[in-house]
Amino acid sequence: MRKKKLTGILMSVLMTAGVMTGCSSESTGGGGDSKTIKIGANLELSGGVASYGQSIEEGIQLALDEINKKGIDGKKIELVKVDNKSEAAEATNGTIKLISQDKVAAVIGAATSTNTLAQVQIAQDNKVPLITPTGTNPTITMKDGKLNDYIFRTCFIDPFQGTVAANFASKDLNVKNAAVLIDSSSDYAKGLAAAFKESFESNGGKIVSEEAYVAKDTDFNAILTNIKSANPEFIFLPGYYEEVGLIIKQARALGITVPFMGGDGWDSPKLIEIAGADSLNNTFITNHYSSGDSDAKVQDFVKAFSEKYKGKAPDAFNALGYDTVYFLADAIDRAGSADPQEIQKALGETEGLSLVSGQLKLDENHDPVKSAVILEYKGGKQEFNTKVNP
Amino acid sequence: MEIIQQLVNGVSLGSIYALIALGYTMVYGIVKLINFAHGDVFMVGAFIGFYSITVFDLGFFPALLISMTACAVLGVLIERIAYKPLRNATRIAALITAIGVSLFIEYGTIFVRGAQPEAYPGNIIPAKSIEILGVKISTQSLLILGTSLFLMVLLQFIVHKTKIGKAMRAVSHDMDAARLMGINVNNTISATFAIGSALAGAAGVIFGVYYTKIEPLMGIIPGLKAFVAAVLGGIGIIPGAMAGGLLLGVIESLVSAAGFSLWRDGVAFVVLILILIFRPAGLFGKNIREKV
Repeated sequence: MRKKKLTGILMSVLMTAGVMTGCSSESTGGGGDSKTIKIGANLELSGGVASYGQSIEEGIQLALDEINKKGIDGKKIELVKVDNKSEAAEATNGTIKLISQDKVAAVIGAATSTNTLAQVQIAQDNKVPLITPTGTNPTITMKDGKLNDYIFRTCFIDPFQGTVAANFASKDLNVKNAAVLIDSSSDYAKGLAAAFKESFESNGGKIVSEEAYVAKDTDFNAILTNIKSANPEFIFLPGYYEEVGLIIKQARALGITVPFMGGDGWDSPKLIEIAGADSLNNTFITNHYSSGDSDAKVQDFVKAFSEKYKGKAPDAFNALGYDTVYFLADAIDRAGSADPQEIQKALGETEGLSLVSGQLKLDENHDPVKSAVILEYKGGKQEFNTKVNP
Repeated sequence: MEIIQQLVNGVSLGSIYALIALGYTMVYGIVKLINFAHGDVFMVGAFIGFYSITVFDLGFFPALLISMTACAVLGVLIERIAYKPLRNATRIAALITAIGVSLFIEYGTIFVRGAQPEAYPGNIIPAKSIEILGVKISTQSLLILGTSLFLMVLLQFIVHKTKIGKAMRAVSHDMDAARLMGINVNNTISATFAIGSALAGAAGVIFGVYYTKIEPLMGIIPGLKAFVAAVLGGIGIIPGAMAGGLLLGVIESLVSAAGFSLWRDGVAFVVLILILIFRPAGLFGKNIREKV
């Protein structure tokens, strides 16, 4: 507790300082000189969800290698990275630095919704476009019925993931009652859970138990015992991999054998290490993409990726990091300028752009309309189950 | 059945708190210093155990011993570098230094290896569940409870039956008088820190095996909870730490069972406040009047 407070004070001091430097500089953004276009990346390179940020970065690097072979109108893209340490306050600071010191033309935002939300206001105020590769919370682009016009994303949004999961539970797994276990400190988990509940109940299902935890908890036996006594046939668990791994491990030890299902927050190799391959059998996730998809675009990407990263198979974060760069590069190309405001306009007009994670088309809320896949964990491996179109 | 399962959950959670609280309370009992870095020594212990198992391919018991030894050395170093120069300073100066050491270890670890979590391999100790009348008890939580009880008895024995224990009690009673009696105060205090930190190291490895996930800031909350447990049982009293830890674990589980899982940590600290108001010496402590 004492540390949080101290960090809080330090952060606010730093932030004020950052904002002031922002004011004193003449213009913000504009990015690079005549040979390069500077873009920023504010990612979780360390901290609790470091595996997301690192994966996105790998995807970004691959895309930059490809694009910089030719360049955009003869200009190369230069990447400026900041590590937000998986903390919202650091994410805010990072974006202030990228915009006011490095003067980037656009920022590729954080992996998680919470850390992206921490940057939204800065990007809006400075009129620099911010694209989050994987921030799925609806309020990132739309707040209280008002569009955040400088904010974009490459992924689908939470309600869609929650709805897909609910339909999969009702129709494919034929379950009638489900429990929901939410990380109450995460906007992402709450968004998915709300959409899941709505769709599941309108499918005729019943939510028999609702429990909550907060990130960084390690002992879940008490709440899992509560859930067990409610006898659900299915448990929806839309958290992040660190806690999800522990929850599934402890649930299986308590004798809870029913399927668990979550969203893209599970997608990390650490999940398998933490939970153990056996515990993860009979669990499902909704995700943006699968390397098992037979689409030619996907297979080309898988090949290029495993050539660059020593045989590694790309996960959804790799794919969305990669796609985000192409999304941005396409807009810079059409704008014909590195001016943040021109890029913002071009991003908003994106239509029918073919990416690894599907055809990209933005709706009026800046949210991509695209397909989702359902993956099943079998023996510690993700297996492609079905593809769901919006 | 559910309530019994919740009690079992509480006891297994509480035995972790008890395990950490033992070292806490022992150091306080002898040196009268609340060693806030204890939770971080616990974290370092977990990481040393992890690297012994994964990098050097050792089994559970060698890893436990290596971790305990390394933490004992770390504890002595912390005492010699950070606390010894302040031995005659005010209590608050030593306390603030302890917080500083705690932050230093946490962020030092992040600096060295990054903040990403690690997962203990799952096959170190077979995880089985025994079922008694519909209540699931995991063998690992029995192991933790057993280890805590064993260490408690061992500590009691060391403090009350051995020569070094006698020296510790003498130093705790009156440092100057002890020195006049020919007791080497510095070595005695070092020994106290060595034993306390070795216990923290052991707790770290056991925590890692049981909960799988370890990370550089993992010591903060268990450290604070163990502090609450130590105060609950009466800080400085070894069986009190055990009882306080178990009681705190049970309270937390029952709070979650009643559907208030988000209030769990809050309740733990409310317990601390209540104890400090109504029974400042803790459950096992005696109220000693200070002579003026």
